[in-house]
Amino acid sequence: MTKVTMTVNGKSVSGDVEGRTLLSSFLREDLRLTGTHIGCDTSQCGACVVHVNGEAIKACTMFAVEADGTEVGTIEGQANADGSLNVIQQAFQDHHGLQCGFCTPGMVMTAAALLKDNPKPSETEIREYLEGNICRCTGYHNIVKAIMAASGQDVSAIAAE
Amino acid sequence: MYAFDIERPASVADAVAALGAEDAQALGGGQTLIPTLKQRLAAPSRLVSLSGVTEMQGVASEAGNIRIGGATTHATVASQVGGTYPALADLAANIGDPAVRNRGTIGGSLANNDPAACYPAAALGSGATIITNKRQIAADDYFQGMFTTALEEGEIITAVSFPVPEKANYQKFVQPASRFALVGVFVAKYSDGVRVAVTGASNEGVHRWSAAEDALSAIFAADAIAGLSVAADDLISDLHGSADYRAHLVKVMTGRAVKAAS
Repeated sequence: MTKVTMTVNGKSVSGDVEGRTLLSSFLREDLRLTGTHIGCDTSQCGACVVHVNGEAIKACTMFAVEADGTEVGTIEGQANADGSLNVIQQAFQDHHGLQCGFCTPGMVMTAAALLKDNPKPSETEIREYLEGNICRCTGYHNIVKAIMAASGQDVSAIAAE
Repeated sequence: MYAFDIERPASVADAVAALGAEDAQALGGGQTLIPTLKQRLAAPSRLVSLSGVTEMQGVASEAGNIRIGGATTHATVASQVGGTYPALADLAANIGDPAVRNRGTIGGSLANNDPAACYPAAALGSGATIITNKRQIAADDYFQGMFTTALEEGEIITAVSFPVPEKANYQKFVQPASRFALVGVFVAKYSDGVRVAVTGASNEGVHRWSAAEDALSAIFAADAIAGLSVAADDLISDLHGSADYRAHLVKVMTGRAVKAAS
């Protein structure tokens, strides 16, 4: 076992992990932060996307040991300080960007990473950035709309074909 | 996954020492190795993570070459190389997805030499030099067939040096499920000739298309390869595309790369 220490959603945490313990397992099973979802466990679906030092990564494809000393952000840290939904989360609600909600934590974390680097993305840029996040319910249109709205852009132009 | 120990050395020397242990294996970004471990297709007793080796990270320009550290992520190459070698930056920007690009590394990709990976095409198509802790290996000598390279046990890719071409482009026809290359072609024009490297197509892994190189070295235009054809004999045939289909794509993607080269 190896002791790891990291900052998760602004709070310092530590734990003893095996070499093979994935960051997703550490977050869910040791820290009980179960908002990070395991969809495929093969780095295809993106439900486990979290931020490590500000960058979106798939937590099922990174060992917890490698996150030692980093700052990790998960969906549990996304809400505003008063507990209300942040602008991306609120936009997902307003634009019906989720149905079953399983992919949503990864979608929100990926959207946050996109908007940090590219505050006014085009529809094409949003769709390309979501390449590694799979949603089986919405058909993506409303997710794209939500991200457009969260970036303060007009969503009426997005085709709902 | 079977259990293993994991080490995080901070220097190349420490990483090489750690890899001396029996059944030790290097871990780059893990975007291929971790799924492989999950499927129990590999069972190292010890992993040596290279992500903490800062001397293997980053990009530097030097006398007509661009040198990329072996532990540099695709995202870093995509964001930092565009001004010097745009074709290489574009290639890196289209590997996998954004989260994969934030972890996957150039050294990991080249060490794995997946027959459908993008970076082998760039390295071979640019005549790059693979720099390890022991030696420098020309790309022409480095790639030795599907998942096979000139690397010896415990040898680490510390950097890759790409001669910057006059013009280059990479065209990838994606396999729609995996987004790996069904066929990818990297074309690079240098003052002394043109190189054409093909990935995704062959049972032998990445390879050069010498007939196209000769034609394009004479006249750098898509029409120059109009009379050529690609033999389907050694090409991959699977549910995503027959060997004949891949042979056709090699020519089409080469033509597109020549047209788009900048």
